Amino acid sequence: MTNKAGTQTNLSMHAIIWLLLSLSITFTLYAFNLENWVPACFVVFAIWRYLIEKNNWSYPTLWLRFPLTIAGGLAVLLTYGSLFGRDASVALLAVMISMKLLETRTKRDFIVMVILSYFLTVNILLFTQAIWVFLAVLLALTGLTACLISVSHQSMQTNISTQVWKNHFKVQVKLAGKLLLQATPIMLVLFVLFPRIPGPIWGIPQDSYSGMTGLSDSMEPGNISQLSLSSKIAFRVEFKSAIPANNQLYWRGPVLWHQEGRRWQMASDRIPLPMETLQTSGSATDYTITLEPHNRNWLLMLDLPEISASTLPAEARVKHDMQVLSKEPIRTRIRYQGSSYLQYKLGAELSEHERTLALQLIEDENPKTRQLAAQWISEKKSPTAMVEAALKMFREQEFVYTLAPPRLGKEPVDDFLFNTKRGFCEHYASSFVYLMRAAGVPARIVTGYQGGEINPNGNYLIVRQSDAHAWAEVWLQDRGWVRVDPTSAVSPDRIEMGIGAALTDSDLLPLLSRQDYPMLKHLYMNWDAVNNGWNQWVLGYDQAKQLALLKKLINKDIAWEDIGLILVVSMIALMLFVSYLLLSNKGMVLNPSNRIYQQFLKKLAKAGVTKLKHEGAISFGQRAAKTLPNQASEILEISALYSSMQYAKQANSKITNIQSLNLLKQLVNNLKV
Amino acid sequence: MAKGLNLSSDTSLKPDFKLNSPKTWFRTAIAIDSTTTLSRRHIYILPTRFGWLYGLLLIGLLTGSINYSISLGFAITFLLAGLGLIGMLHTWRNLANLKIEAKRANPVFAGEQAVFEFNVIDDSNRARYSIFAAFADKESDIQDIPALGESTFRLSLPSQKRGWLKAPRITLSTEFPVSLFHVWAYAETENQCLIYPHPSLRSQILPSADTDGATGQLSTTQGDDDFAGHLNYQFGDSPKRIDWKASSREQGMLVKQFQGEASSTLWLDFNATTGNNIELRISQLTRWLVDADAQQLKYGLRLPQHSIQPNSGAAHYHQCLTALALM
Repeated sequence: MTNKAGTQTNLSMHAIIWLLLSLSITFTLYAFNLENWVPACFVVFAIWRYLIEKNNWSYPTLWLRFPLTIAGGLAVLLTYGSLFGRDASVALLAVMISMKLLETRTKRDFIVMVILSYFLTVNILLFTQAIWVFLAVLLALTGLTACLISVSHQSMQTNISTQVWKNHFKVQVKLAGKLLLQATPIMLVLFVLFPRIPGPIWGIPQDSYSGMTGLSDSMEPGNISQLSLSSKIAFRVEFKSAIPANNQLYWRGPVLWHQEGRRWQMASDRIPLPMETLQTSGSATDYTITLEPHNRNWLLMLDLPEISASTLPAEARVKHDMQVLSKEPIRTRIRYQGSSYLQYKLGAELSEHERTLALQLIEDENPKTRQLAAQWISEKKSPTAMVEAALKMFREQEFVYTLAPPRLGKEPVDDFLFNTKRGFCEHYASSFVYLMRAAGVPARIVTGYQGGEINPNGNYLIVRQSDAHAWAEVWLQDRGWVRVDPTSAVSPDRIEMGIGAALTDSDLLPLLSRQDYPMLKHLYMNWDAVNNGWNQWVLGYDQAKQLALLKKLINKDIAWEDIGLILVVSMIALMLFVSYLLLSNKGMVLNPSNRIYQQFLKKLAKAGVTKLKHEGAISFGQRAAKTLPNQASEILEISALYSSMQYAKQANSKITNIQSLNLLKQLVNNLKV
Repeated sequence: MAKGLNLSSDTSLKPDFKLNSPKTWFRTAIAIDSTTTLSRRHIYILPTRFGWLYGLLLIGLLTGSINYSISLGFAITFLLAGLGLIGMLHTWRNLANLKIEAKRANPVFAGEQAVFEFNVIDDSNRARYSIFAAFADKESDIQDIPALGESTFRLSLPSQKRGWLKAPRITLSTEFPVSLFHVWAYAETENQCLIYPHPSLRSQILPSADTDGATGQLSTTQGDDDFAGHLNYQFGDSPKRIDWKASSREQGMLVKQFQGEASSTLWLDFNATTGNNIELRISQLTRWLVDADAQQLKYGLRLPQHSIQPNSGAAHYHQCLTALALM
């Protein structure tokens, strides 16, 4: 059934150019996500292939291609340590496609290549789904489709002029754009109606989510400052009511209990602890969080959430220390609603077990700190006074809040408190909790985010990784767990105004977290509002959103199973409509002069003169003039004008064409038969 | 001319349509008023092997999108699925509603390639690209057709038997624009090509006019005639006999006329040929005819049913060959 080979004349140059252009876009996207040598490898083979075509070089032999292929595979294996997993397999595909360029000659080769390239291009979405990536992918797909069209356009002509040859490019890309535009309604219907199954169907390679950043389940000095360097968005929050003051915006994440050297960890799940009691006062703050995937279980909530009033994702649970966890790691963007109270009393009673955990310290470390604590105990200071004393120390001594603290020695807390005195929030929180525990005050570290940035364009709050923060909670008799943020003692600006205002060495921070460049920031806010909509409606379109949308459209509750039926019916209707538009011969495109001429023919047909199928305009005009001698001059004039317009279209200027069109219209309208 | 073609063994000809071939089950567009129109009932479509590969790509992308819950993956997958469907419609309409008009074919001798020409016309105001035409997947031609225009396709077929050779069913097909679908249609046209008999290969001497009572006669021997004067050039006169010098002096072309030629008449008679096989005898007669024309003789043709008066020139030559072809 396939058309015979042998007609591979002049397909190559157009096809090569389209293929290389589109793959260049794809590999540019991959340059951000794969090892640099992979796109470099493409550049080499692309240039090689182009030169083969241009200079009529011979194609490399199997003896060259075979070792190259083996070398490519080995290079991937060495770089990624495996040929499987997301990064490695995509890199392998990318390298193999680059090398296959050298043996892409026939129509068959090109089509297989285009299909593989479609696959490679779409795979970029495993890494990133930003709007600009989507646009770049669309561009690459258009180019690949143009390549497919250029390969499909076989012709016997071998020698065509440069003008025609260049014109083919235009025709091909126009048609590619047209095909994709016409495919858009099908895409929309399928996108909205195709039943969404919550994935995954099978296991996902370990490294699939390696690019995601977020809070970890443990904390060491340097962790959070590292995270602060990222301008990536952690989550966005829409408030139902007014947005609380910045210093109230503590977003609760992992609560760390267990100290081991410089490392702090979450309490083990194996120790059953009673749920801490929660008394709230004041009014609730309701909000909706759109959480970016971070490959961990934390669901961040405003301190402190009323769980019963919140709408959390299914199977989320709340730990005894008010930390909210999802069942599965968050790997897609999710939305949930929270209800929190800014005034509360948490954990009125402290069980013995909890007290032990909240006082746990590794023995024989940081002697100076322990000595200070022992001194406070001997002074019989109350726990509240001890907290005050510690904060006073941070406030009054020469402590500096910085993103680039010096490395700490063997006794990290001692080194920090008595020597370097320069640190980021994790240094302050951990040394504070250490000091409290040494002094016999139950304490724990809470990590999360603090503050956020209000986007005036969408009236929502953007919380970035650079807002990551660590603070402390101490348990005080009659007051329960009380939040103490030692960072605020050192740098009140951090808590009041955000990280950009707090750091003197702010150039380390990501551009958008800084306070300079207000113009840029303004632009960015607009852009983020667009992004937010994109996230909500395109990337976050899932089963729940799908059902909600359909409910809105149909005004009736529908079951998940019914979506399939709706999909089939809509697709059939759409395909019938599209087929009618594309295939019906009545849809013959008439240019304006054709249309006016058709009116003229209708008028004459009424008078009994019908144009024969293969009769030219002039000869028909002469025949009609003989039959209708009264209107002979008009008929002849119209025929001559129409005929000249048909054949002199290209030669005339646009203005001349419009003038003659108007004249034709006038003549036909004035014709009375 | 094909050498060594044995005509006697070729009396049973292969039929153009094989009844046992599934291809004959398909609907074929037939010619009405010498125009064959490929209406939508005549268009067939199937995915090519690349179409199946593309389907595999879509399935892969869809499962990937579901597994990794990539919303944008769904969008792009569906866009590519849409591209496939739209591509299918475009491939279909690239062939649909074409019109085919047969053109006259030049006669050839049996054994030579009969060349059929036909115009494929677009009247839907859409340019058609990469349209293939073929006789039973053998000979093929490929052309683009401009919007509201036409292209001439040329397909050849080896001729075997004298007489009218009807063009077999034409398969028109296309895979433009995406090569994922193969669209085809069968069309019959009114193309036919006149096949002259194959001149026998044994170069026998032309019958002599001297033999009294013989039916094949050559009245005079040629070569030693005296120049007799000029005649006006007529179509079919040999260029060798044009008097270029005289022509340049006078108006119009002049042909030299030789003494005796006018009176010498060669009769090529079917009864002069020998043998039992009619085809071989016709073949023999054709050989004489060809030789006589090559020697620019004046000859007549006498067949069992009718005869053609002696004459010379191309028109006469073709008239005689036609008579032999259709005998």
